[in-house]
Amino acid sequence: MIRRLAWSVPTLLFVTFLVYIALRIGTNPVESYKRINPRATPAKIQQYIDVNGLDPNYVRGYFRWLVNFVTLDWPRSIKGSREVWPQLKDALANTLRLGSAAVVVGVSFGLLLGVYAALQPGGRRDISVNTAAFVGISIPPYVSAIILQLVFAVYWSRWFGSTLFPTSGVYPPGQEGFNLGLMAKHMVLPTVVVAIQIIAVYARYMRSSLLDVLSSEYMRTARSKGISERRVLFKHGLRNALIPVVTIAALDVGSIVGGLIITENIFSYPGMGKYFLAAFGEGDFPLLMPWMVIIVTSVLVFNLIADISYAWLDPRIRLD
Amino acid sequence: MTDEITLPTASPRKMAYDRFVSHRAAVASVFVLAILVLFVALSPLTARYGVNESVQAPPNSFLPPRANAWLGTDDIGRDLYSRLIYGVRVSLVIGLFSAIISVTIGCLVGAVAGFRGGRFDDIIMRVTDLFLAFPFLVTLLVMRNMLGAIGWLRPIIGELSSVRFIIVLFAIFGWMGVARIVRGQVLALKEREFIEAARAVGATRWYIVRKHLLPNSVGPIMVALTFSVVSAIIGESTLAFFGYGPQAGAGATSLGILVGQAKGAVNTGFWWLAVFPCLVLVTIALAINFIGDALRDATDPRMQKDS
Repeated sequence: MIRRLAWSVPTLLFVTFLVYIALRIGTNPVESYKRINPRATPAKIQQYIDVNGLDPNYVRGYFRWLVNFVTLDWPRSIKGSREVWPQLKDALANTLRLGSAAVVVGVSFGLLLGVYAALQPGGRRDISVNTAAFVGISIPPYVSAIILQLVFAVYWSRWFGSTLFPTSGVYPPGQEGFNLGLMAKHMVLPTVVVAIQIIAVYARYMRSSLLDVLSSEYMRTARSKGISERRVLFKHGLRNALIPVVTIAALDVGSIVGGLIITENIFSYPGMGKYFLAAFGEGDFPLLMPWMVIIVTSVLVFNLIADISYAWLDPRIRLD
Repeated sequence: MTDEITLPTASPRKMAYDRFVSHRAAVASVFVLAILVLFVALSPLTARYGVNESVQAPPNSFLPPRANAWLGTDDIGRDLYSRLIYGVRVSLVIGLFSAIISVTIGCLVGAVAGFRGGRFDDIIMRVTDLFLAFPFLVTLLVMRNMLGAIGWLRPIIGELSSVRFIIVLFAIFGWMGVARIVRGQVLALKEREFIEAARAVGATRWYIVRKHLLPNSVGPIMVALTFSVVSAIIGESTLAFFGYGPQAGAGATSLGILVGQAKGAVNTGFWWLAVFPCLVLVTIALAINFIGDALRDATDPRMQKDS
């Protein structure tokens, strides 16, 4: 357990090093600086290279970057020369809001549908849930996003005379201050798009996991002891069926983030995804690295959570 | 009397075939895909216009579906129906080739890792776990730019916007998932009695891999192949959607480019530009997924039939 935790720090360093190299080769940060600031003096460029750790020697450059990063001495973005943290903080907050809404909706509906299907294996409910889940998996998020936009941005107002759900941003243009109702309204469509994928995936996991459990020996034992069917299902069935699902849930962050990136972009939702694609398009190294660190860290943390929760839920498994 | 009793015997292959055929959605999917492939293969007959040909003299842009353009026209008056046929052709090529390459690499790496175990296995599986845990789009974009920037690779993998580059890119990613599946399969088979027996009579490692491990892994490998095709096709259209896809020659197109066009068409209400490419993409993905699912049921006798 402690060893797992201790290992995650070198892993984090190693992965960020790889990301650093990949970004330096792929986006060529010095060139993108010169492209956006064509009249920069050599001294200015040298200063940019220094604060970002863009030393020609990759290892030395990485450590320079790391020191600046850890001491919170973050360089300003290339485009507009703005502070990185305020932008990143807003993007992170927006994405967490959208992501958690989608995960809550998606996981709860997915699990419910999975249980609903597994209670009658081979029955009509089962087949319809299964088929629907299959369709859900086969629809890429941008396809559902485009279709929803088409319906709500164009045709809804044409047919019914008023817009039901707005299709871009967090607030209507010109809105000042906090307004929960408006914010929720703007989040409906992006949440639906991300949730469709999650529902489809979890319905399938839950169904097959519960079917496995239901056909196991201890379920028969529990029934033969005369426990009520409801109690058998909740106390023995669901609990055990959730073990693999929880693990998969924690390992699934990557694909959820992927779905968020695509969805945010289509709905012009100012979150991490939009931030990344904009920064990547410009080759804006000072913006990209902190973003990458956050993503890498969350992937590693959720992997760790998966391991720990697995051992915690299933006492037969011991972490070495 | 006993010699009168005939037991219904069937070869494993026949049994697998029967199980596949009983999966109705998969059989329908095979037909749908066959029709699509026919349309694409016979594109000189089925397409009504050239890739870059406009359906009529201007004004011809954004025409809704009509007699001389069944599925409407795009911004510069080209026939969407014909362009869909050309686009599906490029997408199928990308899907098939990158799937074949990645399944080949994945099988080799997975089989070696599973069979030998040890340090090699540890490292390979750590790396694949890490890559697969990362958001797919981010890795793809970063790797794309990195590979494109390395000068000496260019003669091998082609220009950043070529179809060949996209195939190589997906092959580099695709093998990991396959390797994990094959490794799992090999690990499970390794402990089985017939492998032990083969080893006991002195079979070489290579013989065991060739004669026992690979034939017994055909099912999972086929399933991995179908899912690789889907993920390459969807991956291509995702990249193209965000403008990082292949630019397949002058005016040529791919499913991703066509779906990407829909982005601009949405707010102006040119619904045909959004609906038809999306429909084709989802149909292809769904059909191949159904086939993969049926293949899994068909080739794994232990799985109880559950759909």
